[in-house]
Amino acid sequence: MNALAEAFRLITTLDPDLFEILWLSIQVSLIALVVAAVIALPLGTWLAITRFPGRKLSILVLNALMGMPPVVVGLIVYLMLSRSGPLGWMQLLYTPTAMIVAQMILITPIIAALSNQVIENLHQEYRDTFHSLGITGRRAIVAYLVDARYALTTCILAGFGRAIAEVGAVIIVGGNIDHLTRVMTTAIALETSRGNLTLALALGAVLLALSLLVNALVIAVREQAGKRQYA
Amino acid sequence: MPDSLLPIRINNLQLTKGNRAVLDTVNLTIEDPGITVIMGPNGAGKTLLLRCLHGLIEPDRGQITLGKLSVADSGHRQAMVFQHPVLLRRTALQNLAFAAPRHARSRPKQLIEALEAVHLADRAHQPARMLSGGEQQRLALARALLSKPALLLLDEATASLDPASVLLIESLVKAQSIEGTKIVLVSHDQSQARRLADDVVFMSHGQVAEHGPASPFFKTPVTPSAKAFLAGEIVL
Repeated sequence: MNALAEAFRLITTLDPDLFEILWLSIQVSLIALVVAAVIALPLGTWLAITRFPGRKLSILVLNALMGMPPVVVGLIVYLMLSRSGPLGWMQLLYTPTAMIVAQMILITPIIAALSNQVIENLHQEYRDTFHSLGITGRRAIVAYLVDARYALTTCILAGFGRAIAEVGAVIIVGGNIDHLTRVMTTAIALETSRGNLTLALALGAVLLALSLLVNALVIAVREQAGKRQYA
Repeated sequence: MPDSLLPIRINNLQLTKGNRAVLDTVNLTIEDPGITVIMGPNGAGKTLLLRCLHGLIEPDRGQITLGKLSVADSGHRQAMVFQHPVLLRRTALQNLAFAAPRHARSRPKQLIEALEAVHLADRAHQPARMLSGGEQQRLALARALLSKPALLLLDEATASLDPASVLLIESLVKAQSIEGTKIVLVSHDQSQARRLADDVVFMSHGQVAEHGPASPFFKTPVTPSAKAFLAGEIVL
């Protein structure tokens, strides 16, 4: 109970250490999310509306990548960025950028596969009309992205939820360095192993609150879409 | 007046689904402008023929030419209104702007006029999917007409609409025909066919059973299936 009360105090007094970790977590995950969305949304849409040999296999691989173990992603990124790796010259290991790359690799397949499902359904509905109106190529992709915006927002938020809660990959490539690469999940793991439950609990509470906020946003977006018949 | 896509020539068109020929050696030439109504019982192949004309279905065999063009080359000069209109998840005006030719997209006045023509100007900024069924179909028609097509295909476009919407759509179709657009319309509704048709194509079992001017067809149909259909009997 003492630990809980102390955790509450840290949050309400806006403890600088706590908020430094929180701010870095949000920065890393948001940047990873933006990069992933820019890649994943057009990719998912393109896979949904084009037909080519190997398309089904590509979707299968994409779906399989959704379940990629974070530690494996962390390991691969580590090997790429380590001093002897092909991208070692960039000296990105144990920096927030490395964490962004790892999170981006983790959530790109999630957003792409979920958006592929959304656009596939929309394509069934729009295909004949778009053919009739002569809407093809980039114009069709943009139209699908615009019309599925509400459903895609939930895909993006799902990606954010995964990114912000991720620990395995970021601890490998970030190293959990204090004031540099320590984010909420890695800090919780560290403080728990040290027996410092106060900070771990406070961070856990913030993480839970963030998760609740993301889910509330998903529901709000869905409701808004339903009201305007845009779902 | 739009450049004509006449005559429409369909030669030996064949389409099979499973083992069944759903379009069975269809031969048809439509030379005259005006409104051609395709009639026939359910499963006769009316909609499939229309979809082949519009390039939505690739037939197994046979040829379609529209004027001197193939179906693929005539795509931008024909438009289709479907039985169930699919509207984008945007406002009525945005739906028109999306479909409008590039030069018209930046001219809202032209788009508003298109909405006025289908009596939807006051609904311009409403989400299109919140319009009534009749309003949605009118919007779909306005969208189809934006490109000033030489050929307009309508697939049961007024089925299950309220009488006021049917009347408005029919008057718009007639007006479009007078302006020179060739209309090919699939309809189950005999009364509508009598009101609109200049010539009638009667289909049965995936084939063209009869084709000719509307008045003689309705007065003295030749084939037994057309006679039975016009007599209101159930034709299988």
